[in-house]
Amino acid sequence: MTDDHPHAEWSGVMFAMLRDAGIKLFCYIPDAGNDRLVSLAEADNETRAVLLTSEEEGLAVCAGADLVGERGILCMQSSGVGNCPNYLSLAGGGGFPLLMMITMRGDYGEQNPWQYPMGKAVEPILEALDVLTFKVQHRDDLEKSTLAVLNATSKGAQSGAIILSQKFLGAKRF
Amino acid sequence: MNTLSLLPKANLDRRQLLAQLFFNPADWLFVSGLAGASKDAAALTDDGANLFSMAGTMGAAVPMGLGLALSASARNVAVITGDGEMLMGIGALATVASARPNKLAMVCLDNAMHGETGGQTGHTARGTNLELIARGAGIDETMTISEPEQIADAAKFLVQSPGPKFLVCRVMPTAPSTYKRNMNPLECRMRFRQAFLSAG
Repeated sequence: MTDDHPHAEWSGVMFAMLRDAGIKLFCYIPDAGNDRLVSLAEADNETRAVLLTSEEEGLAVCAGADLVGERGILCMQSSGVGNCPNYLSLAGGGGFPLLMMITMRGDYGEQNPWQYPMGKAVEPILEALDVLTFKVQHRDDLEKSTLAVLNATSKGAQSGAIILSQKFLGAKRF
Repeated sequence: MNTLSLLPKANLDRRQLLAQLFFNPADWLFVSGLAGASKDAAALTDDGANLFSMAGTMGAAVPMGLGLALSASARNVAVITGDGEMLMGIGALATVASARPNKLAMVCLDNAMHGETGGQTGHTARGTNLELIARGAGIDETMTISEPEQIADAAKFLVQSPGPKFLVCRVMPTAPSTYKRNMNPLECRMRFRQAFLSAG
């Protein structure tokens, strides 16, 4: 892995925090924002990357891991949150402490009109289904937000999502 | 060729089936999808702590079984689902094929209808062939049974060579087991976790 990947630095920091907190399964739909994080999970002997066909599968995979005392994370783009609501019943209703990492489209600097509806709906959907949100707007937020979402989900018995904004990630150019 | 012509006539009684496929249920960890599949799975295990049964989240049974199978890789994991539930989360078959857990057995009770909502016709009554879909998704070990004499071979199939197994059981359109299971997901989650984790 080369260090010139645009997300190399923070992805390395976040991956180490997640792995050290015992997150084993990194379920994902590929996105430019989670590309390096998933590569790190694939390369590490303690973790495993699980390629999904649709995002909601990852919530069920993580719930299955929880049943035997293991932890997983669902990594997806904001549009994928729209595929998740029914399975988020596992959070509020089932008490599964689900963990998500969402890379935003349709917010700061977005040029693609197709991305705005789901971009705006991410937080209302998560709030409606009892998932806490922890935003990263600036590089300084990353460790604090990652620690907060890990505390909430690993220890606090909550479901939580860390949301990486486009202000932090940079908007895609068209 | 019309794929409907490839589907055998259903002649299995679902209320007898699971006990013949899993003659020692305590050796397995079970996840079951909503409605009839969960009633039959609860009857099999006496709603035991080695079963997590759902009454919602349609489509989630296979990916939840995958999460179990990847996390408790030494254990035999079985998913009990129905044709409607399976089709709602059909992409999960590709996810399973790609992850290739060694000890995951998926059993689909195919009654070709939506039993819980009144018996409305399902896709498998019109030619959708779940075994072919599973093979196309990349699951190498697949089997369809429709007659009682095939059950013994199917039971062996579920524990044979490593890799995920997908078994379609063409069951008659009769009612599932009448078992009154615990429908509180939080209680069922805690029950499963405590039993698994205390067993070491």
